[in-house]
Amino acid sequence: MRHGDKEAAVRRLLDTPHPPVPGDLAARAAARGGRARRRERALRRTGGVLAGIAALAFSLWAAEARPWEPPPAATTPPFAGP
Amino acid sequence: MGKQRIRSEHAARAREFDAFVAGAAGRLLHVATLLTAETRARNPYARALLAAALAHTYAVRDRGHDEDPYALTRDGLALRFARTARRHRAGRGGVLGLLTPRERLVLVLRLYEDVPEEQTAALLGLPEARVRAVCARAVARVRKGAAA
Repeated sequence: MRHGDKEAAVRRLLDTPHPPVPGDLAARAAARGGRARRRERALRRTGGVLAGIAALAFSLWAAEARPWEPPPAATTPPFAGP
Repeated sequence: MGKQRIRSEHAARAREFDAFVAGAAGRLLHVATLLTAETRARNPYARALLAAALAHTYAVRDRGHDEDPYALTRDGLALRFARTARRHRAGRGGVLGLLTPRERLVLVLRLYEDVPEEQTAALLGLPEARVRAVCARAVARVRKGAAA
């Protein structure tokens, strides 16, 4: 028996009548999917708000502390005299 | 006014989804039942897999990719089964009860769903040669089981 015939035989074996589908499947799936979608949206919104707050806090701190400027010298350099 | 439009869009989408489920659920549940090796009359695991895959299809329905919802749901079903199959390794009867979960996956996708070899390989994260080998072995084992 050729390989293609074997595959065709297995195909026939798999091709049985479909099982009965529970009647409320679509409604339950839609409800569950809608919930997941709302949850994900809320999570994304919360993340965005948190990122905005963090960016604002950082810029306020940076404007105040100016970390890019060298700190003022703590000691006077030695003066060798004229 | 805007709210009303949103509501009618909502209803249209719900109807569309209902129509899709009405048309495709029988075949998808058959696929799921073949994967889980449950019987036609008693297939709680297959039903749970299908419900989860359909919920995901509903949740991502307008995320911009215009993939066929049937293929999306079927692939979701297959991946969900691949993730959870170790918990349900032993089949509970059904024609594919003697096969391993991976053999069932490859056999059902390749022969029942006619997914091309390379697409099956990409979906399951296997090399194509491996898909071919697993499929051939599964075919041989099913035939041996059917003959016995």
